[in-house]
Amino acid sequence: MAETENKSKVHVDKMDFYYGAVQALFNINMDIAEKKVTAFIGPSGCGKSTFLRTLNRMNDIIDGTRLEGKVMIDNSDIYSPMTDVVGLRKKIGMIFQKSNPFPKSIYDNIAYGPRIHGVKDKNKLMEIVESCLIKSALWDEVKDRLDTSAMGLSGGQQQRLCIARALAINPEIVLMDEPASALDPKSTLKIEDLINELKKDYTIIIVTHNMQQAGRVSDYTAFFYEGHLIEFGATGQIFTKPNQKQTEDYITGRFG
Amino acid sequence: MNNKRTGEKIIYWTMRGITYSVVLFIAYILFDILINGLPAISWDFITGDPEKSGAEGGIFPAILGTLLLVVGTIVVALPLGMFSAIYLTEYAKQSKFTQSIRMAIVTLAGVPSIVFGLFGLGLFVITLDFGSSLLAGSLTLACMVLPTIIVSSEEALKSVPKYMREGSLALGATKWETIYKNVLPYALPGMLTGSILGVGRAAGETAPILLTAAAFFLPELPTSVFDQVMALPYHLYILATQHPEAQKILPMQYGTALVLLLLVVGLNFGAIIFRIRVRKKYKW
Amino acid sequence: MNKQRLRAKIIKYFLQSCGSLSIVIVLLIFLFLFKEALPFIGSPGLQELFHSVWNPVSFQKEEFGIYPLITGSILVTVLATVIAIPFGIVGAVYISEVASPKEREFLKPFIEILAGIPSVVLGFFGLVVIAPLIKQMFDLGTGLTALTGAVLLAFMAIPTIMSISEDAIKSVPAAYKEASLALGASKLETIWKVVVPAALSGIVASVMLGMGRVVGETMTVMMVTGNAPIISMNPFTSVRTMTATIAAEMGEVTIGSDHYMALFWVGLVLMLMTFILNMISYRVLKRYGIHE
Repeated sequence: MAETENKSKVHVDKMDFYYGAVQALFNINMDIAEKKVTAFIGPSGCGKSTFLRTLNRMNDIIDGTRLEGKVMIDNSDIYSPMTDVVGLRKKIGMIFQKSNPFPKSIYDNIAYGPRIHGVKDKNKLMEIVESCLIKSALWDEVKDRLDTSAMGLSGGQQQRLCIARALAINPEIVLMDEPASALDPKSTLKIEDLINELKKDYTIIIVTHNMQQAGRVSDYTAFFYEGHLIEFGATGQIFTKPNQKQTEDYITGRFG
Repeated sequence: MNNKRTGEKIIYWTMRGITYSVVLFIAYILFDILINGLPAISWDFITGDPEKSGAEGGIFPAILGTLLLVVGTIVVALPLGMFSAIYLTEYAKQSKFTQSIRMAIVTLAGVPSIVFGLFGLGLFVITLDFGSSLLAGSLTLACMVLPTIIVSSEEALKSVPKYMREGSLALGATKWETIYKNVLPYALPGMLTGSILGVGRAAGETAPILLTAAAFFLPELPTSVFDQVMALPYHLYILATQHPEAQKILPMQYGTALVLLLLVVGLNFGAIIFRIRVRKKYKW
Repeated sequence: MNKQRLRAKIIKYFLQSCGSLSIVIVLLIFLFLFKEALPFIGSPGLQELFHSVWNPVSFQKEEFGIYPLITGSILVTVLATVIAIPFGIVGAVYISEVASPKEREFLKPFIEILAGIPSVVLGFFGLVVIAPLIKQMFDLGTGLTALTGAVLLAFMAIPTIMSISEDAIKSVPAAYKEASLALGASKLETIWKVVVPAALSGIVASVMLGMGRVVGETMTVMMVTGNAPIISMNPFTSVRTMTATIAAEMGEVTIGSDHYMALFWVGLVLMLMTFILNMISYRVLKRYGIHE
């Protein structure tokens, strides 16, 4: 149904998703473009976060969830029994709604992923930490206190630290689940600038309930409603002349 | 109106009185044992061997025996209880099997200590032929404290926020790496304090070791896990009830009671203080 | 890749087997109690347990009637519960509804200490302090009576009753209280007419849990109840409980003898009684979401 002209990174085909007996997503079909920003919007409870979490199989950790249909990343079915979930998550970074730095030092937060994946060399680790902090625009603020606790950072800094942490595993896709919802406007703006910067290297998928934000940062926008993908297309088109009545109602603020 | 108020005041004071009478009772026990026990305690009492079947001398072998039993219990029960708790919080799904585990833990927590003694006697002492020994006693006590360790370890694990797990998994860590590197380090202090509270109770238990490990008098200190041991609670029990001159050796009894109390209450108190301090340190 | 999966599987199965250990132990307990007790059914026969004389060491006729042991346990337990209930419940209400936060911070750990006092120390204290007191107060021949045991056991049950009742009281929705206060009821009326009734099943469960603890208590009762295996419902007589019988006699029996097996039957009855008390309170407390 929905297609984009760029090279497809993620391909979702006739996907249904269930929490126990409750169906949360209905027949989702979608292609997500490589090295672009795709935004998922919709009222809360519409399934956009659930959908995001199917892409790195984070829903697996919830008891009783079930997925039917196909989710392909780089042409391989990530729900096939042969899939190595850990390897999959290595390829996909994730930023959560509430910034979640570990109660460790700033350095150890970022080094956590690389260490898990076998990087032991101190110089190499330092290199990764530095480059990721530079990429997440946090380096100048924290370079003198890498060994202090990450819990001492401000909310916006914490979220950028989490982005740096996600980049440290060298992902191809970055999933962001309302990354700025708990931040002040200034920090939000910083995150948005960062997203614009990052899309040169990464495929970014962002869930947001803030439509202005979707408009500012994304190339494509998908509108979800009650577990259905209502409309998906170029952000400009979705915001200026949506094809569906429900999309228009939501965007013009008639509900949600 | 005024009458009603006076009435309420009387009721409040009655409630206060009832509550504080419990406090008073506890204080009195502690005070009584402290006052009468302190004069009996000396360096020789702590480090000496009992003489004249406990009427004179010290209680060192009993202290050592109790400490050995506590260590044995910890060595056996702590890892098993922790692994069990990790399974229940991190792996177990809602199922009949999980429910039976929970039921078993509750049942185990309610089994009378003397029944643990019978069980230890039947299984460890007789069937496995460990004899009445440090090993049999430690295993029996370990079974007894297992539910406490599991429940408190579970609480500690649950207090580590979910996002610590999600964050780590999302970085491509395996489930075990996540638990080992990003959950356990934060849960460990809580797991330990809860477990110490459980083991502290085991240190004061008499009934289970009565049938599985304890002897009233041994000429030698234990040299292997298959040896019998002396133990403080058992020593006190014999001195107080079985000794032919029980009335005359009251100071010895009080001394033993005080040492035991200090050991157990000290352990508990230490654990509670530690818990409060750790709680302040880890706030998410 | 496959190696990693195998590792994950091994870890999971290892943890799972540790998790099932509790089930295994419970089953083993029942199994070994039965195993040791079983031959008694063939000889001298199960009917030997059901009468009123316990006299296991005798040159004429050994008697294994467990009735006096059961009545002994029941008498002590009921008395202890009756004594513990007002202290436990009033204490719980006081701590959760009346006491200031500072007071609460002192009271709770202090009463936790009571739960930590070893039963043999409590028994010793009973022997040297409470028993003489009771002897004097009621002008008895001996202070070692069911009542003496009950007083001490009551204090063993109080921490259990208090802390679990307190949890049950705390779980009463604030809206109930507010509604009652808004109707002009005083704080005291609200506590006793709204809060306590709403928490009642939790409180009852806490009492049952405390009873379970009392029935199973060994050392204290062995030291202060006088250990006379007679059927009596008089608090001022000496009695002997099931637990004390096992603890006192098991050391001296020949393994495999009739007496030995009879003691295992006593253990089974005891296990069953506590099991039932615990399961009922577990069911009730589960509804409150309270765990021990």
